[in-house]
Amino acid sequence: MIQLVTPDYIKTLQDNMHKLAEGVLRPISRKYDEAEHEYPKELDMFRGIKVMARPKKKKEGESSVSNEEKKPKRGANLGMVVTIEEMCWGDAALLLSFPNAGLGNAAILAVANDEQLERFGNKWAAMAITEPGAGSDSGAITTTATRDGDYWILNGEKIFVTCADRSEVVVVWATVDKKAGKSGIKSFVVEKGTPGFTLEHLEHKLGIRASDTGTFVLSDCRIPYSNILGDPEVKMSTEGFKGVMKTFDNTRPLVASMATGIARAAVEFTREQYEKKGYTFDYKKNLSNVSAVEREWYLMDANVEAMRLLTWRAAWMADNNQFNNLEASMAKAKAGRYATLITQRCSELLGPVGYSTQFLAEKWMRDSKIMDIFEGTGQIQHLIIARNVLEMSSKELK
Amino acid sequence: MVEEISFALSEEQQMMQDTVRQLVQANVIDAIHQWDENRLLDKQAVQKFWELGIIQSMIPEEYGGYGMGSSPVLHTLVLEELAYGDMAFAVYAMLPALFVLPVVNLGSEEQKGKYLPEFCNESFIPATLALNELSVGFDVWNCETKAEKKANSYVINGKKCFVPLADEARYMIVVANYEGNPHLFIVDKDEKGLSVGEREKNCGWWALPTFEVTLENCTIPESNKLGDETAFNWLIQRTRTAMAAIGTGISRASYEYSKKYAKERQQFGEPIASRQSIAFMIAEMAYEVDAMRLLTWKAASAIELGMDANRESFLAKIYAGEMTMKITDYGVQILGGHGYIRDHPVERYYRNGRSIAISEAMAII
Repeated sequence: MIQLVTPDYIKTLQDNMHKLAEGVLRPISRKYDEAEHEYPKELDMFRGIKVMARPKKKKEGESSVSNEEKKPKRGANLGMVVTIEEMCWGDAALLLSFPNAGLGNAAILAVANDEQLERFGNKWAAMAITEPGAGSDSGAITTTATRDGDYWILNGEKIFVTCADRSEVVVVWATVDKKAGKSGIKSFVVEKGTPGFTLEHLEHKLGIRASDTGTFVLSDCRIPYSNILGDPEVKMSTEGFKGVMKTFDNTRPLVASMATGIARAAVEFTREQYEKKGYTFDYKKNLSNVSAVEREWYLMDANVEAMRLLTWRAAWMADNNQFNNLEASMAKAKAGRYATLITQRCSELLGPVGYSTQFLAEKWMRDSKIMDIFEGTGQIQHLIIARNVLEMSSKELK
Repeated sequence: MVEEISFALSEEQQMMQDTVRQLVQANVIDAIHQWDENRLLDKQAVQKFWELGIIQSMIPEEYGGYGMGSSPVLHTLVLEELAYGDMAFAVYAMLPALFVLPVVNLGSEEQKGKYLPEFCNESFIPATLALNELSVGFDVWNCETKAEKKANSYVINGKKCFVPLADEARYMIVVANYEGNPHLFIVDKDEKGLSVGEREKNCGWWALPTFEVTLENCTIPESNKLGDETAFNWLIQRTRTAMAAIGTGISRASYEYSKKYAKERQQFGEPIASRQSIAFMIAEMAYEVDAMRLLTWKAASAIELGMDANRESFLAKIYAGEMTMKITDYGVQILGGHGYIRDHPVERYYRNGRSIAISEAMAII
């Protein structure tokens, strides 16, 4: 039965996370924007906390469809997007700097075998996919992994790696067989300090400056054979690659909730500032009887709600074992774009207060822009959605 | 205590959605163009909807109804399906609810006993709501129509517009300003001082007869006031959410029609859908229809739980108002010149869609 009022257990989670964001992240938000790549030592308090957990494996014989299946489930995905929205209301770049919560950690938790989990499970893991010549087209990566007895030898360049400096290991995507195309792409855990593995430089960015984005060069980098994640065999189908891409169905709602958190921060701040000027906001009003500023504010508030509901739906579907590829992209497409637009407009409505670094509004405008870019640009999301609803292949709709 | 969130329809909700969808498919989709052109719909189709018993279900058994209670969420599903066929049809078919629901929920025992049994009839009974006024930036919270108390009666003066089926309706709820706040008054059609004008000609809703209604020293008994000063707030949350549900239905219709067209229409040797400029519009339509629906469901969920839903219903309404325009505009644009010709329904969606942001109450959940 449809029921979209926020349940009490989610409210409690929101309240708790909000306190944390307000008490810990907001006070140091500007500091680490200015300090750029410096590690926010205040986040050490989260080091011991398990941010991610390995999904429970089903016991043998345990059916995936039980009688209980129809009842909505409380799952990790919804809890995660709720937490992330609050944290990014605090500061999105600091969320990306949480110890041991890198994208690489998610990959390791999802596919590592027990021995690998033992070795890498407690290490901060970054993820290296993008290359100078392969952005949205991650099937076109050229970094190679060549087998040499008990080792793999990696060669190539990886850019835009989040947590490049702070991470202890990096999950690197490389091809073991260029001729095999997407099927040849595998992921490998490379430990920092391995000879031939160099952090070339850190990027200076428009926003999320507290996050240490960097470039790695792999030059005859030799890693143990057992550092390959997943099946080493090259199967002549794209199933394996599709499986890897599927993990994005779970991460796109996370980015959508980041976008929602930043947009909400801007919308709330704008309201507070206008209230100080004597404006009152009242949801009983009617849009044709308010000022242009108020009208715009109400519509932004409605859009934040839309971003959130699309995100929660995608997460809820994942929690209820429903295929959410379309819904995950919808959430990301909407939230990424509208966070950008909303923070821009808030900055403008706030005037000098929206541009001065004495306040955070200008920072939110810079931070939010990445939400329409990473984990698949807005354009890629629209392509995914369009192909899906039009039932057209990537050949029919390029 | 709110325990769980759920984005899935229950079996009952699914069944109702399917039933109304089938009814619309069988009776509205092929006929609506002609109804729209003729400025008149087939009452048989309205009667078929009436026979589903949705409105009778809202009325307690003691007054002759089915006493099933009413579910705002279920009603948003019904309205979306009806409006997917046509907004005029949706407003027409659900119109009695605009009178019945307020009486069931806000009425005195006397009012319930007097009005409700009539609506448990086998055939459609028209009743309506008079809220809008023909003025720039009309504000529902500050109507020009005024009520004054004189002895044991109220005297109402003012002029209303967009009153659906005012010519046939036996009763109407008139919204009038009393002591600075909007209040609801039940006015019998034959009441002295109430006159129904010529049928209006509007931008859209061509299949829906709407009228101007003039109240000139219209004097009604004191007992005809419906509810207290909170009544209008009760009403507006439910009508705003209903408008959002209608907007969702219209937008979905425009989205589905132009999506199908874009796959069939060949230009430059391929379907226009294979161009990103078209495909991206369709993608946007897809997620905005969903977003609109989710906001509507959230408002309806809050109302269903008996919570104050001012914020939720307002957000659902303004979002739907804004996005319905955008989506129905895209619909016309995707069809290009063909979209501008009345042979295709997208221009009708565009005309009807404009009203979501303009009217606050054409239906109720």
